[in-house]
Amino acid sequence: MEILYENVLLLFRDGGWQRVVMWLIGALLIYLAIKKDMEPTLLLPMGFGAIVVNIPAVYEGALSTLFRAGISNELFPLILFIGIGAMIDFGPILSNPKLMIFGAAAQFGIFFTLSLAAMFFTLPEAASIGIIGAADGPTAIVVAQKLLGDSSTITGAIMVAAYSYMALVPVIQPPIIKLMTTKKERLIRMPYKAANVSKTTRILFPIIITVVAGLVAPESIDLLGFLMFGNLLRECGVLNSLSETAQKVLANLVTIFLGITVATQMTADKFLQPATLLILGLGLFAFIFDTAGGILVAKLINIFSKEKINPMIGAAGISAFPMSGRVVHKMGLKEDPQNFLLMHSIGVNVSGQIASVIAGGLILSFML
Amino acid sequence: MNLLENFSLERFVSSLRYMWQGMICIFVVIGVIILATILMNTLCNKADEKRLQKDNENEQE
Repeated sequence: MEILYENVLLLFRDGGWQRVVMWLIGALLIYLAIKKDMEPTLLLPMGFGAIVVNIPAVYEGALSTLFRAGISNELFPLILFIGIGAMIDFGPILSNPKLMIFGAAAQFGIFFTLSLAAMFFTLPEAASIGIIGAADGPTAIVVAQKLLGDSSTITGAIMVAAYSYMALVPVIQPPIIKLMTTKKERLIRMPYKAANVSKTTRILFPIIITVVAGLVAPESIDLLGFLMFGNLLRECGVLNSLSETAQKVLANLVTIFLGITVATQMTADKFLQPATLLILGLGLFAFIFDTAGGILVAKLINIFSKEKINPMIGAAGISAFPMSGRVVHKMGLKEDPQNFLLMHSIGVNVSGQIASVIAGGLILSFML
Repeated sequence: MNLLENFSLERFVSSLRYMWQGMICIFVVIGVIILATILMNTLCNKADEKRLQKDNENEQE
């Protein structure tokens, strides 16, 4: 009874109301996960974790231990990348490698936001904020941890923004796409010609990408290496049980720990700062400019190319896989029920996954 | 952290170099990957065709 009395008292002392605000934010994340089905695998553990770490008497618990064991050393995001790599089918970009250009173009928002954020933050902080635009939680965690370490007050906001915007792809992207394309452009049909992709190509692809990216941006090798290792497990054809484990059990297990552990950064003193709002705003900005970058390059190619590209597929060059690809496909169907953009948009989306990891590596190379 | 105190337009201008350097680098890396993929597709498809031709010849024999 005495402990209860003391803890309730703590809630009303030394900015205790801020903890209550954090409980409400935690509850909001849980609500969005359950009721709105927004990235529930991450938002639900994060919401619950946000409530736990803001209980007054909780200072150094098991969550802090998990944070040191899995996020401080970037282990969880890297292991998760094995699972993601095992889930991805690179077939669409192996059939049409040119689609990868849009993946590169859609990283524009990251670098532009880096410059914008540098007006308010230090360069390493600005770089970590820019990477929110990748719409790739694990990459954001790895870059922020490497550049800012555990002691930074803004890593929590960066991680929350990265995962929230991943979940908000169906809300954020359609208005930007509509704003930047004409009805005529959205109606462009792109017949899909499935090219024959040999098994050897599928096996060599992850190895070659790792070598090329490792030579140009060595800092990306951790992220890309794990992603491609996962893909090699999938494509080699002799490790099906490992591939299935990576896709399902491993990815799910790490996601559980990752979500709840990220929440350790959501303590009231770190999270309820004016900087958090600015970070959320800049993250959204990065996301919008990434989408715009992909669309603009598609429009540019259309000026010179005889075979017209539907510029909407450029928007799928962000890393939020497969949400962004599906959003573009659905928008195409809405404009014209016979316009099937799925294979193209998923191809661009997959290349966005590769490009965002390379962008993360490049940012680390610039800053470290 | 006082955001307004930290505000610096100079930092924005000086950090623009990361933007163009980053975009050039990413296009170069992706360009190399595209070329490598096209090359790989061509070589592997040719090898597959040859193997198929050999198999057919062996079957006919």
